[in-house]
Amino acid sequence: MIDRTKPLVEMRDISISFGGIKAVDQVSIDLFPGEVVGLLGHNGAGKSTLIKCLSGAYQKDHGQILVNGEEVEINNPRDARDLNIETIYQTLALADNLDAASNLFLGREIKKRGIVDDAKMEAEARKIMGRLNPNFRKFNVPVSALSGGQRQSVAIARAVYFNAKILIMDEPTAALGPHETQMVAELIQELKAQGLGIFLIEHDIHNVMKLCDRASVMKNGQLVGTVDVKTVTDDDILAMIILGKKPGHLAA
Amino acid sequence: MSDQGLSDQSSVNRRSVIDTLEIDVRLLGMLMAFAAVAVVFTIWTGGTFVGPRNVFNIAVQTVPVGIMACGMVFVIVARHIDLSVGSMLAMCSAIMAMCQTAWLPTVFGTEFGNSAVLAATVVIGLAFGTLMGAVTGWLVGYQRIPSFIVTLGGLFVWRNVNWFTTNGQSVSLTDPNLLMFGGTEGVLGSTASWILGFVASAVAVWGIVASRRNKQSHGFIVKPVWAETVMAGLIIGVILFFVGWLSRYPIPAAKLKRLFEARGEVMPDGYTAMHGLPISVLILIAVGVLMTVVARKTTFGRYIFATGGNPDAAELSGINTRVLTVKIFALMGFLCALAALVAQARLQSHGNDIGMLEELRVIAAAVIGGTALAGGVGTIYGAILGALIMQSLQSGMAMVGVDTPFQNIVVGLVLIIAVWVDILYRKRLGLSK
Ligand SMILES: Nc1ncnc2c1ncn2[C@@H]1O[C@H](COP(=O)(O)OP(=O)(O)OP(=O)(O)O)[C@@H](O)[C@H]1O
Ligand SMILES: [Mg+2]
Repeated sequence: MIDRTKPLVEMRDISISFGGIKAVDQVSIDLFPGEVVGLLGHNGAGKSTLIKCLSGAYQKDHGQILVNGEEVEINNPRDARDLNIETIYQTLALADNLDAASNLFLGREIKKRGIVDDAKMEAEARKIMGRLNPNFRKFNVPVSALSGGQRQSVAIARAVYFNAKILIMDEPTAALGPHETQMVAELIQELKAQGLGIFLIEHDIHNVMKLCDRASVMKNGQLVGTVDVKTVTDDDILAMIILGKKPGHLAA
Repeated sequence: MSDQGLSDQSSVNRRSVIDTLEIDVRLLGMLMAFAAVAVVFTIWTGGTFVGPRNVFNIAVQTVPVGIMACGMVFVIVARHIDLSVGSMLAMCSAIMAMCQTAWLPTVFGTEFGNSAVLAATVVIGLAFGTLMGAVTGWLVGYQRIPSFIVTLGGLFVWRNVNWFTTNGQSVSLTDPNLLMFGGTEGVLGSTASWILGFVASAVAVWGIVASRRNKQSHGFIVKPVWAETVMAGLIIGVILFFVGWLSRYPIPAAKLKRLFEARGEVMPDGYTAMHGLPISVLILIAVGVLMTVVARKTTFGRYIFATGGNPDAAELSGINTRVLTVKIFALMGFLCALAALVAQARLQSHGNDIGMLEELRVIAAAVIGGTALAGGVGTIYGAILGALIMQSLQSGMAMVGVDTPFQNIVVGLVLIIAVWVDILYRKRLGLSK
């Protein structure tokens, strides 16, 4: 299922620091079509910062990013979107004063004769939300009036609506109930089958074991290592997160 | 459908009723405040306050602040402020005054009152205003200097560049084509006003029907027909009442006579004519309608609101918030120039203190009209209504002989009370966090 011939994304030796503190230090990870790569690590390990270099929210200080084998410059979120990279941010990045449909299409509104077509956008939003969270009905209120999980559904809908090739999900299920989490898990499997590559930042080790093909572990801004999920146990991964080094039997 | 789904549905309904109410209650509150002002002064003045003449004057006097308040809504919604609008108005006015009286006639070598000169003057004035605004926007958006600082500086700078532009002299403006923009000198007369009133009513009805059709075509629930009809009826009522009222304000006989003489004709005996709609008020209405369309129906407007709601989210959604900031302030500058045109035409001169303290009135109008300084919330019609309420208050107080300092005290208090009432009301409804 995973096409290992050519990586979809390669991030090589990425570094970025904030006022002298190295948030990400020479990290290299890659992603193949149809693959889910988990990114793990303690709070503040640098996971979000690393993927923000790919999504255009931050600009890396050093390193290279290759998409489909070609080096790319991602200077802002528009560049990332143009490369079919979609992101669900940990903070969700929703405009609280706008409704779900306006948020879903923010920056990419459907227009009819130069005028934004709200009715059409709401109809599309209803369709996609119907797949993600069938109980969702609050289409005509600002998203500030939604629950945490409902807001998260809107953020997920926005990332999957626009036919992404590369999907970045930063703790996408943190606020979701068990049913909704299950639906997102199914969605991830479906998107994977369609050949998307997904970076999944996730703290729940069981979800990682269930959904990911490989897992990359970070600690203090550095990459501890990347392992094939099928060849390790959850304890191995936990050991990597906590101890910050690959367990002896894995260190090849 | 599960039980949970059903209860979810009903809570959605309850919630959206409150939400619909919120909009209506807010507008209703402002309309009631407006009505209260009107009733009090009508009684106090023995009826002259609502006479066609005074309604005409209030409408005309509201225009410059109203035009700028529309732009200020966008500025404040995007979490900025513009303290320089009064000075920008003065600056644009100075440029236009000098263009039409001194600079352009020399360049073109034309006579006084040449319409090409006026046309060029207006274009130059509007372009200059837009440029001033764009510079502000560049400093705020690209250089990240807080808008409060940039425009506070602009307030001093433009006010005094204005002084140098005219060497501190007042410039008297007499071109009749210019004066048309001022109010009394530029009216449509009753026939044209009525025609325009009916056309506007038809457009309003068409708009309501079209939006309803669009919603229905996507299978959404629409308001009941009676509600739409009441809405349409109210809008048409307001339009036609306004037109009808101003069409009852006669142009003084002496002035009519002068107009006939100017055309080399003799006024027939018993000839009368009515003012009808002033061109300047039409400009304000056009600005209000266009800005509302921009706010609600264009990506530009959508991005302004998104940026105000969550600047980071806007940026992460691929919105170029820097360019957006330049555009917002450029639009503000353009509207200042337009307001300058109307203001100098009404005063029939450019004076150094034109637009003085206007920035505070403009901000007050926007805020009274429900624009939240925290950003993300505001309406164009609210700002225009806010400007109208303040102008009515001031005009009414002037009519009953309240001194100017006291008028300003009242306006200041009204601003605070308006925001206070809004906060109390939001708390009561549980809308604030
Ligand atoms: N904009 C910023 N300015 C300064 N420091 C930052 C900024 N963004 C991140 N950092 C720092 O970089 C480090 C990594 O943060 P990051 O958000 O990437 O962690 P994380 O692995 O995503 O953690 P979590 O699991 O809590 O989400 C932290 O020490 C954080 O304080
Ligand atoms: Mg994070």
